[in-house]
Amino acid sequence: MLLVVEQFLNGLQFGLLLFLLAAGLTLVFGIMDLVNLAHGSLYMMGAYFAATFAAWTGSFLLGALMALGATLVLGIVLEMSALRHLYGRDHLDHVLATFGLILFFNEAVRLIWGPAGLALPLPAWLTVPVPILPGIHYPAYRLAIIAVALLVALLLYLGVMRTRIGMLIRAGASNREMIGALGINIKLLYTLVFGLGAALAGLAGLMQAPILTVQIGMGENILILAFVIIVIGGIGSIRGAFLAAIFVGMIDTLGRAFLPNLLRQVLSGAAASTAAPALSSMLIYLLMAIVLVVRPEGLFPANRR
Amino acid sequence: MKNFTVSKAATALMLAGLVLLPLYSQLSGNVFILTLFTRIIILALAAASLNLIMGFGGMMSFGHAAYLGIGGYAVGMLAQEGVGSGFIQFPVALAASAIYALVIGALSLRTRGVYFIMITLAFAQMAYYVASGLARYGGDDGLTVYNRSDFSGLINLSNRTQFYYLCLACLFGVIFLIWRIVNSRFGLVVQGLRSNEQRMQAIGFPAKRYQLVCFVISGTMCGLAGALLANNTDFVSPAVMYWTRSGDLMVMVILGGMGTLFGPIMGAVVFLLLEEFLSQITEYWALIMGPLLLLIVLFGRGGIMGMLGRAGRG
Repeated sequence: MLLVVEQFLNGLQFGLLLFLLAAGLTLVFGIMDLVNLAHGSLYMMGAYFAATFAAWTGSFLLGALMALGATLVLGIVLEMSALRHLYGRDHLDHVLATFGLILFFNEAVRLIWGPAGLALPLPAWLTVPVPILPGIHYPAYRLAIIAVALLVALLLYLGVMRTRIGMLIRAGASNREMIGALGINIKLLYTLVFGLGAALAGLAGLMQAPILTVQIGMGENILILAFVIIVIGGIGSIRGAFLAAIFVGMIDTLGRAFLPNLLRQVLSGAAASTAAPALSSMLIYLLMAIVLVVRPEGLFPANRR
Repeated sequence: MKNFTVSKAATALMLAGLVLLPLYSQLSGNVFILTLFTRIIILALAAASLNLIMGFGGMMSFGHAAYLGIGGYAVGMLAQEGVGSGFIQFPVALAASAIYALVIGALSLRTRGVYFIMITLAFAQMAYYVASGLARYGGDDGLTVYNRSDFSGLINLSNRTQFYYLCLACLFGVIFLIWRIVNSRFGLVVQGLRSNEQRMQAIGFPAKRYQLVCFVISGTMCGLAGALLANNTDFVSPAVMYWTRSGDLMVMVILGGMGTLFGPIMGAVVFLLLEEFLSQITEYWALIMGPLLLLIVLFGRGGIMGMLGRAGRG
């Protein structure tokens, strides 16, 4: 029971984190039609910024806030200097160019911070276990991640559904040319959306940083997961990204936790312990393949024509 | 000369260079360059196979490295089980790649655009994790191939020069095959599907079937590259299937010139030489390589072949 609740919460936390990453990706994808492989690099930069600023200022929260601002600025600079010129080009060009950016960012990090990973220590008040149910404790920091991510998801929802800018974003996702023709400063909107996406990726990175080591290449594996999510959810759909992210987070976490035991019931011990890690890593890709075979446009396609 | 163009001249020069390279290596005593170019030729073969579906067929596969791994593991696993004959290893490698391509192609071709890019990636990642889980065959650490494929005296793969020429012959054979395919009725249909699938279907061509056959041919060719690669490095590991390797192959194709016959070879030569050259100057070679790719995308439409073509027109 304890393990189930704990793993359930872990899955929720991981799913919400993935949502932050996928939300930015799906916005950029849906509105600018840009395949940004370098999104994972922004996640990595968020973590590195947070570790550095937290060490400078001596405060975790201050470091996190500064890191958030820094990734926002980095995203805007990146958009204005390079990615802006890729809009309207072939998807393959996007893949190639942003693949180049990944190489660049990984190498730049190696140059600036060195090849060894960094650690981002948590302040004492976030490390205490919190009782959530009678007899069940859960780390405060992971609860904080869940709370922050839910809050951001809510703000994002309200922002996109209830504000003027959100309206423009939605309009941009369904018909790009039209809102340009209606006199909206589309360049500024694009820069803004990209900056927002970058900040969300940075937030995911800096929140994940204390749990994992901050290291080069940390953005690449999770980027693939984020892509899987937006493809399952339907490209351009924030609601789809949210549901798919929770789904993927749960399946991945619960699969890793319980699959080995399940397999052991069917297979011999040795076979199960070798098959389980591979199978649980495969689960989400399997899920995506099934979804795409059944619904080739994802579960919640944003712009049905 | 009436048909002389800069791109044709550059291609001829490159091909002549590839044929004569072992001679240079022998005369100068530079063994390293032969090893380097064997690798380049094998990856050029993989890039050429990707170009068949990407450049001519319009199918953007982001999981092509999976075939490198499947071909490689076929050789490695058979070698470990005591089957050393290349006459068995290579057909098995090709057949395994073809079957994999048939299955994932049948599923992936239901989608299009970015979804196709992503689903091929997902399948390659699955293959990657399956290979990582093969504890009997090294798992994550990979599998050492102690004996290269044995072609019973016909050709000795452990001899550097002979192996080089085998790889080169395979590359030329594949290029010839692609040339024949592209100019056949089948190839024209596939290219027609790239430009306008609806129209082709309206004329009465079963679109998916043509694309699937093309996909399988491409995968089989890349499986050959995988079998050669395992022989070249005497080693195969899940890392050859990792998604960045698929990215590398895409880069080679686009860099050289998508949808041109010799572009992928040019792309592979330039990309891998650049990587080698930059990594000798500085440890941080990717710092230069990354922005270089960005610049090529922004300003060099059509890749190297496209640029040479424009230079030729003046």
